[in-house]
Amino acid sequence: MYKFQLQLIVFIFFIGTPLMAKTIEVCPSCEVKSIKEGVALATDFDTLLIKKGTYREFNILVDKPLTLIGENYPVVDGEDRGEIIRIVSDNVTIDGLHIINVGTSYTTDYAAIRVVKSDNFLIQNVVLEKLFFGIYLERSNNGRVYHNKIIGDALDEYNSGNGIQLWYSHHVQVDRNIVQGVRDGIYLEFSDNISIHNNISTNNLRYGLHFMFSNDDVYTDNTFENNGAGVAVMFSKRIKMMGNVFKKNWGTAAFGMLLKEINDAEIIGNTFEENTIGINIEGSNRIEYKNNDFISNGWAVKVLGACYTNSFINNNFLYNSFDISYNSKLNDNVFEKNYWSNYTGYDLDKDGIGDVPYRPVKLFSYVVNRTPETIILLRSMFMDIIDFSEKVSPVFTPDNLLDEMPLMKRLK
Amino acid sequence: MLKILKYSFYDLMRSRWSYVYFLFYLALGFVLLFLNNDLSKAVITLMNVIIILVPLISTIFGVMYFYNSKEFTELLLAQPLKRSSIFLGQYLGVAGSLMLSLVLGLGIPFVLYGLFKSDTIWDFSLLLITGAFLTLIFAALAFNIALSNENKIKGFGYAVLLWLFLAVIYDGLFLMSLILFEEYPLDSFSLAATMFNPIDLSRTLILLKLDISALLGYTGAIFKQFFGTYTGLIVSITMLILWTVLPIWRLAYKAKRKDF
Repeated sequence: MYKFQLQLIVFIFFIGTPLMAKTIEVCPSCEVKSIKEGVALATDFDTLLIKKGTYREFNILVDKPLTLIGENYPVVDGEDRGEIIRIVSDNVTIDGLHIINVGTSYTTDYAAIRVVKSDNFLIQNVVLEKLFFGIYLERSNNGRVYHNKIIGDALDEYNSGNGIQLWYSHHVQVDRNIVQGVRDGIYLEFSDNISIHNNISTNNLRYGLHFMFSNDDVYTDNTFENNGAGVAVMFSKRIKMMGNVFKKNWGTAAFGMLLKEINDAEIIGNTFEENTIGINIEGSNRIEYKNNDFISNGWAVKVLGACYTNSFINNNFLYNSFDISYNSKLNDNVFEKNYWSNYTGYDLDKDGIGDVPYRPVKLFSYVVNRTPETIILLRSMFMDIIDFSEKVSPVFTPDNLLDEMPLMKRLK
Repeated sequence: MLKILKYSFYDLMRSRWSYVYFLFYLALGFVLLFLNNDLSKAVITLMNVIIILVPLISTIFGVMYFYNSKEFTELLLAQPLKRSSIFLGQYLGVAGSLMLSLVLGLGIPFVLYGLFKSDTIWDFSLLLITGAFLTLIFAALAFNIALSNENKIKGFGYAVLLWLFLAVIYDGLFLMSLILFEEYPLDSFSLAATMFNPIDLSRTLILLKLDISALLGYTGAIFKQFFGTYTGLIVSITMLILWTVLPIWRLAYKAKRKDF
């Protein structure tokens, strides 16, 4: 019996050694002084424990499945000389690094962390500052980008990069990141089945979140504030957008959300507050808008044309300067059971639904589309009279564009 | 002057019309809040009311008071009093009582509905300030009209016409000129045109608070400068003060020279 146990222990010991990954400590006063050295020494599935300190390194190539853990946020300073970490192996984890000074280039997209053709990666608790591109995923699937903080200082669009960029990467989770001061907070190109949750994307030059040719993605509970435009969704299909907050995107070309060539999307339970344009829609079909709150926007929804079979059901339109703006006389979209704070009708049968249909498009919005300076006449009595006469007998606005069942009380 | 102001003020305070005016605003405030139960929506509705009704009532009231108290004015003129103080005293009495009715009439319901606890307090105070300015301006304009016209009917006619012009027709002409000249850069023109109409001016002032997000949608450097910074607020208020001072000055000037 005793002998057997010993045999077992010896067996486990010998078999176990290669399985039990070793931990290599990296610190300025250790044997291993740089991350590059550490990576070179390590074998597959080892852990590199990087102690607090400053490591002036760039072009660190992680070519085996390693776990890089930073203790107390060690600083990796790229000294503006190029890319900092490139991952070319599956199963790599990067945790708790503070990466600064990524090189800026007009020919190469230098990134703080670039993942190339590698699966099952995890990048978490990383802080990036003074960057060009932040986290760049290239043909890499099934990974997770979690709880990172990306703080850029971008001033111009042409020489700045994106916070988190996904290119031909599928099934990636982007959760709880904070991105600010870059060109696009999160950028997706040709990336399908991505889920983006609980991120905060603020003060970016262009878009808080940007989709290009990416299908079947979901983004929920994110906050987009004070970006050039909150979210741009372009040329993508079947995107689900739920519970996001779009706030204070002010300016001449600023939108809470920009939809361009989007089909079959679901937009549910979002809040659009104080944007110049809440949602700008162009060439988008079969989209379902439900339970959204549009509060104090300049234009809650601006429809630019070629938008068919969209449905707006159970939304709250509160104190917007214009609820809906159209530039054509055709309408194929459905508005039903929304609450409009500008509704002036009555409810005699007390079923909670107004007895008179509501026309959300004002004549004035046409006038403003034609001559933008007339915006200064907003809320003037003359405009109210004109709007009223248009309401009574529509000439310029699509006469079938109305909410037949406007709600009397705001939806909770 | 103060004595005459006080007399006019108390005279008006005792008169039925002040109460009617006060009760009207009180009822309006309560009804609005009762129907909406929402302060920010009520503020928007109120804005329309203030911009249209306050000038109308101030104009009519000003003209009416001037003609009604004509005999008393002539009596005062026989006394060793400065002419400017007689007329300014009367004017300030009227404008003061109107402003008081407005502020109290609207203030009471809103305060009772929890204005101090809500974040619309700034919108609301801006509303009251513009209302006060409009009262001052239109009462002064009304006094000017009444002073220049002996004929009551004519005076009333001009006063109503003035209101109609500034409240509705001006904007119509403004809109037409904007559409007519749409090929030209119009942003400085449109801002300037607003300055020449106190109603538009106060409307802009309120828009700055309520619809700033829509106003910033227009591409124009001057617009952006005006609405995006404090410039708009400062310029609008300065212009409103100017609009108040000029008619009052003309009133004093005319009153000195008029032959009664």
